[in-house]
Amino acid sequence: MQDLSVGTAWLHSFLTDYIPEWAAVTLECLLIGVGLMLLYAVLALFYILFERKVCAYFQCRLGPNRVGPWGLMQSIADMFKILIKELISLNHIDKFLFALAPYLVIIASMLAFAVLPWGNGLQIIDFNVGIFFLLAVSSIGVLGILLAGWSSNNKFTLIGALRSGAQMVSYELSMGLCVVTMVVMAGTMSVGGIVEAQNHLWFIFSGHIPAIIAFVIFMIAGTAETNRGPFDLPEAESELTAGYHTEYSGIHFGFFYLAEYLNLFIVSGVAALLFFGGWMPLHIPGLDAFNHVMDYIPSFVWFIGKAIALSFIIIWFKWTFPRLRIDQLLTLEWKYLLPINLFNLVLMVIVVTFGLYL
Amino acid sequence: MSNIREKISTLLPEAVIEDGDIMQVTVPDAKWHDFAKSLRNDADLSFDFLVTIVGMDWKENGMGCVYYLTSTKFNTHLAVKVMATGDRERPLIHSIFDLWAIATIYEREVYDFFGIIFINNPDMRRLFLNLDWKGYPLRKDYDEDPSINPVSIENERQTDFTDVWIETADGKIEKHERRIFQPEDFVVNIGPQHPATHGVLRFRTAIDGETIKKIDIYLGYIHRGVEKIYEKLTYPQTLHFMDRLDYFSAHPYHHCLCMLIEEAAGIEISRRAQVIRVLMDELSRIASHCLFIGTYCMDLGATTMLFYTLRVREQILDIMEKTCGARMTFNYDCIGGVMQDLHPDFVKDVHALLDVLPANIKEYNKIFTGNVIARNRMENVGVLTREDAISWAVTGPNGRGSGWACDVRKCAPYSIYSELDFEEVVREEGDSMARFKVRMDEMVQSARIIAQLVDNIPEGDYCVKVPKVLKLPVGHWFKMVEGCRGTFGIYLESDGTTNPYRLKIAPPCLPAAAVVDHITDGQKIADLITIGGSLDYIVPDIDR
Amino acid sequence: MPYEAWKDNEYIEDLVKKLQESGTNVVVGSFDKLINWGRSNSIWPLTFATSCCGIEFVSLGAARYDMARFGWEVARASPRQADFMMVAGTIVHRMVPVFRRLYDQLAEPKYVIACGSCAISGGPFKKSYHVAMGIEDIVPVDVFIPGCPPRPEAMIYGIMQLSRKIKVEKFFGGVNRQEKQAEFLKAHPVPGVND
Repeated sequence: MQDLSVGTAWLHSFLTDYIPEWAAVTLECLLIGVGLMLLYAVLALFYILFERKVCAYFQCRLGPNRVGPWGLMQSIADMFKILIKELISLNHIDKFLFALAPYLVIIASMLAFAVLPWGNGLQIIDFNVGIFFLLAVSSIGVLGILLAGWSSNNKFTLIGALRSGAQMVSYELSMGLCVVTMVVMAGTMSVGGIVEAQNHLWFIFSGHIPAIIAFVIFMIAGTAETNRGPFDLPEAESELTAGYHTEYSGIHFGFFYLAEYLNLFIVSGVAALLFFGGWMPLHIPGLDAFNHVMDYIPSFVWFIGKAIALSFIIIWFKWTFPRLRIDQLLTLEWKYLLPINLFNLVLMVIVVTFGLYL
Repeated sequence: MSNIREKISTLLPEAVIEDGDIMQVTVPDAKWHDFAKSLRNDADLSFDFLVTIVGMDWKENGMGCVYYLTSTKFNTHLAVKVMATGDRERPLIHSIFDLWAIATIYEREVYDFFGIIFINNPDMRRLFLNLDWKGYPLRKDYDEDPSINPVSIENERQTDFTDVWIETADGKIEKHERRIFQPEDFVVNIGPQHPATHGVLRFRTAIDGETIKKIDIYLGYIHRGVEKIYEKLTYPQTLHFMDRLDYFSAHPYHHCLCMLIEEAAGIEISRRAQVIRVLMDELSRIASHCLFIGTYCMDLGATTMLFYTLRVREQILDIMEKTCGARMTFNYDCIGGVMQDLHPDFVKDVHALLDVLPANIKEYNKIFTGNVIARNRMENVGVLTREDAISWAVTGPNGRGSGWACDVRKCAPYSIYSELDFEEVVREEGDSMARFKVRMDEMVQSARIIAQLVDNIPEGDYCVKVPKVLKLPVGHWFKMVEGCRGTFGIYLESDGTTNPYRLKIAPPCLPAAAVVDHITDGQKIADLITIGGSLDYIVPDIDR
Repeated sequence: MPYEAWKDNEYIEDLVKKLQESGTNVVVGSFDKLINWGRSNSIWPLTFATSCCGIEFVSLGAARYDMARFGWEVARASPRQADFMMVAGTIVHRMVPVFRRLYDQLAEPKYVIACGSCAISGGPFKKSYHVAMGIEDIVPVDVFIPGCPPRPEAMIYGIMQLSRKIKVEKFFGGVNRQEKQAEFLKAHPVPGVND
């Protein structure tokens, strides 16, 4: 397995040879920031096209295919359009909060990128409460949505925001408990540590029953966290026109649009990290030759590939299921997922304590 | 018939009884409310279904209304004519809103078009036109000068009050104001431009959290004044508007008007034309229900279903396009038969459709009907009891979902329906799921009818000769057919010229929209979408 | 479709000729090109339908006609996020203020397509007392699609013409279409803005 940290370490030592340490770190941070932004934009554009194509194939259509080869340039055209679209200034709104809300949403999803395990040694920051940090920053997003709904001075956005608040706060519990379950399994909260712990076998296999239950719940809660169908109540088109972002136009709307897809990536990335070994290749104990071949595939390909495969499942949900009603949504969380989750946590502790894992 | 006659003469000796295919009784306004009460409640009469109220302006002979009543128990029909009292400035009739719930809306419609005030009706606002509209358009002396009611981009006046005319104990009529929404209500405006209202319908919804307290329905955002235009057109010209009311039931609606005019003019049409008409009716019923299923699932968030159902619809549209030459506005049925003979491929194409249809219906059920989310969203949501369905005149698949066997094809068979073998789909639950499933099963029944007919289309003329200038004798007629969304009626009054004196359309979608307030009470906002979708109203059909 | 049939729109040919006469800066010109490429390839409709034509618009989105191929399937329910408004169906007196407000709520650049004979001239309801005879008096219209209702193919052609029209616009300076729009709005002011 090639370790990409060799490259980053070389860059650091190269820079410190010529400039003082503080300047080198600043420069690296800037480089990472720019790289992250680029990655962010590229991923979002890819995801938008990916979803449009996938949904088209589900619906026996072709999807975008006129702009560029196979429609590849479609989302780039959309981006240019939305960048220069008019930002409508509204009267009778809280202008500061209205302008702040989309940035909160997008910053929340950007921060979460920092701790994702992109590849072997390709992690921006790996500290001992990484997964905890991820949960914490991803819940800033709900604040943005609440503010957006509140500051728009519109009844539809307000209902959308309140729905979203109720939904996100509830499902964050499930997500947190799933993460805790897997942290019990890994024995560490550091993202790097969790990946390393899956060196011989991914958690979804080694943790068997409790891990699979946790995975299913995580996918459901993750879909709800990202406000996607069948949990897309905050922006339920047939009920609330466009939900909390009804009043947003131009690039501000674009931010919400991007953040939705990026959150999709983050949720599937975290699922890949917790259950499918992050960047860790597929290793099966005993099959050394197979494991060796798997190691030749670069680690970031593993991670991004897993994340996209998992987001495909979430997209599949959206284009298959009808939407839930708000009371059914909350019933699902508080009456079913939460008790199962607590029981599952106990089960996992038993499994770990008695060493019943593979 | 004769016992109704006797019964009525004992109930009200001064009633003038006039025979026809539907018996018409003329009643003075002073006795009307009591008479209506006995019509509705008498065990031997039990006229519990108010089909429509036709407002009329007989110029110097005064104004009045013709009420069409049906008894669901005995399957008998009756028309009651009530002349308005008072002068043209303020014609008055007593309201019957307390006997038939749907009368509230029907009376508002008459008030809007003719200015007839209904005493005691709790809501005497205009229904289709702006509050500030000048004049009553269906009166014969209405001034159509566009400068009186110009097109304006000023927002219409909005008020929370409505007028009520109350009769005091000493017989005086007083005007009062009544509040629709209380000052503390949180009122959300849904529509007219809203993705889920299926067109330009507007609900003002008072909500408490996510729970609906009250809905006030606003119509007229696509009111095109068709009934007034009819009075300026000759009979063959009136036909093509039928395509543009409920554009999914274009064939059944055409069928209704053609039958009515043929009956009035005494034209016999060939059996081939009858069979072709029925075939087209049933094909459009399948196409319409397909689109219903698709859009309904889309309202509930399952967008993909729309694309699967539209696939079948496109196939049906292809069949129709080959014969009729259009995808939506066919204008195919004409007086004396149909416009064109069937396309040579027709039989082959219909067989191809019948081959794929069962598999498709099975697929829809597999994807959607059994889904746990769909069941939770639809079951026990928007329950409409049989009594309420009759009182609100909710016909068609909606009524049959509530256990009311109201299919005109069965209870008053027209054309060749009496010879055909099919079942009337009735379900007892009355919730959104029942309405959905009724439509699903009706597609199967329609396919059964088509299968019986398609191989036995008799030879003959597709259209008989009709005089170029068609004049109908003096008189009035009423005809009902089963449209894709329920009982569709047309009232025609002729004064012997080439144009209709009055042509009134009784659409099935108006009651369906009117009942929304009644069945959404206490439900969630999301249920409003479920219920509205399951009632499947077409707004141009409501507004005409 | 053969290329000749596609290039038969004289109005746009004239527009292009007039624009080329005035000349433009190279840098500005190429920026304009990029922006117009983006705009013309990403036109999102507002879900707005009043009657029959709206159902054909649904068919346009369905599998057979699939407007997603051109990137038009992102139908936004909120006017703030849409690019053009397909006026599919009759506009009646009572709808006019609502319709105009929707137009005012669209974010620039905004376009209007009058789809079907009702929106163009009142169509079969010409004799009615409650139908606006064409929407041209209410909002500026970019493309007319005749038909009652127009076939989905006609709608595709119409939106493609709109796309062509956007391509010859100028973002920096010398704006052609928007001047016309400004004139129109001056003649038909928005109620309540200047009081």
